[in-house]
Amino acid sequence: MREVAIIGVGTTKFGELWEKSFRDIAVEAGLKAIEDAGIGGEEIEALYGGNMSAGRFVEQEHVGALIADYAGLAGFHIPATRVEAACASGGLALHLAVLSVASGWYNTVIAAGVEKMTDVESDVADDLLASSVDRKWEAIYGATLPSLFAQMARIHMGRYHTTSEQMAKVAVKNHANAVHNPYAQYRSKMTLENVLSSPLVADPLHVLDCSSIADGAAAVVLCAAEKARKYTDSPVYVKASAQASDTISLHDRRDITTMDATVFAVKKAYQMASLDPSHIDLAEVHDSYTIAEIIAIEDLRFFKKGEGGIATEEGETEIGGRIPINPSGGLKACGHPLGATGVRQVVEIAQQLRGEAGKRQVPNAELGLTHNIGGTGGTAVVHIFSR
Amino acid sequence: MASTAKFWREQESRYNLEGTRCSNCGSFFFPPRSLCPKCRRKGTIVPYKFKGTGEVVTYTTVYQAPRNNNRQTPYTLAIIELDEGTRMLSEVICEPAQISTGMRVRAVFRKLGEEGEKGIIYYGTKFVPA
Repeated sequence: MREVAIIGVGTTKFGELWEKSFRDIAVEAGLKAIEDAGIGGEEIEALYGGNMSAGRFVEQEHVGALIADYAGLAGFHIPATRVEAACASGGLALHLAVLSVASGWYNTVIAAGVEKMTDVESDVADDLLASSVDRKWEAIYGATLPSLFAQMARIHMGRYHTTSEQMAKVAVKNHANAVHNPYAQYRSKMTLENVLSSPLVADPLHVLDCSSIADGAAAVVLCAAEKARKYTDSPVYVKASAQASDTISLHDRRDITTMDATVFAVKKAYQMASLDPSHIDLAEVHDSYTIAEIIAIEDLRFFKKGEGGIATEEGETEIGGRIPINPSGGLKACGHPLGATGVRQVVEIAQQLRGEAGKRQVPNAELGLTHNIGGTGGTAVVHIFSR
Repeated sequence: MASTAKFWREQESRYNLEGTRCSNCGSFFFPPRSLCPKCRRKGTIVPYKFKGTGEVVTYTTVYQAPRNNNRQTPYTLAIIELDEGTRMLSEVICEPAQISTGMRVRAVFRKLGEEGEKGIIYYGTKFVPA
């Protein structure tokens, strides 16, 4: 296996992009990444597109070929593959793109993530989220995605004394970070009181504990590391790329407050990179709900199990804290266009490692991690990057 | 409109809480499994009708839900550990303040939803405080 590097990144703004279609945003992100890499489109040998549900959001399947076509690449007949693992589709697209270069099969590939969610009513979008869990044995009984995370939160609170305030602090921190992210859907600060006084969605989670429905796309260009310096002075190296799965249903988990898919993926990733959690300077984690960030920072071993809430409360995950988490604003403030999120996280880490993150820059960032999950943790994808 | 087959084929499980068990290792499965994760191909899966009693592992009261999941909010969901040892998710019919972790519950037969105004109504298991 050979080492792989990111040589270009691009993202659209995330939010309600009513004037833009699915293919518009996919092409916009892809072109930005290709321009950033300083290569020609004809140099791209394969495309991997993460997307959860174009079939139901925009009634369009076969989006691998569609994206390649509207990116002007139809004449090159490159392999174009759509990848799906619910909200982890983006991370998984990158994983497969990395494997394709690491194996030597391709030299230069693009990994993208895209979701167009606002062409359906929010009610339909909310229902679609439930297809990332077990439709037949969870959703049919009334389970929604937030209701399952709420049940994780209930046990975490009982067992580890995690509080609603600590969960709200995740949202407050991430919104404060997003003020400085021009691509984020929400760029305004909020207070603990704002979160705690927002309506309950599924007790104990409030509306402002949840990430939002959004449109968006992101893309990265990868090539063999030995060729990266030909294109850029600031390549970002892929030190680890790992994926793991777990039971689709929350009720079948070994421990409802631990995502074993994350635990296994990150264990592989740390081994692959010969690193441990103390080496990581910053991370973009999957905060689809505030409790999800608390569970993630424990499962990624930045904090001991049960200490994610108190660590958040004490500011250890803020920019300037011990391990800055979600300097972009996370899913919470950037918005969460399902299939786009896993690639958007990588764009953020790449910008941070290159020192291009402006006012949200984590000082001396050398090693960054991304963590992307599907559903309630049926899939987890973890990547580690270095500059 | 979905076909009726997808509800019909699950009738025994939905109406009568029929799951499966592995007669090799003794594990119980609800929702039913046709392959034992522990014994894999060495296992022998047989049908098993659950007693329908258990206790609440965790719970939430849902205040906002999409229209097409057929529920009037608020409603309360729980992960229930059946007395045979397997876990399932279902609705617990009670006041939000009434439920607690460890509460004993028993299965009842209730309407789960319907496929639109002209579609079929489907039924299954919910729980009530025991």
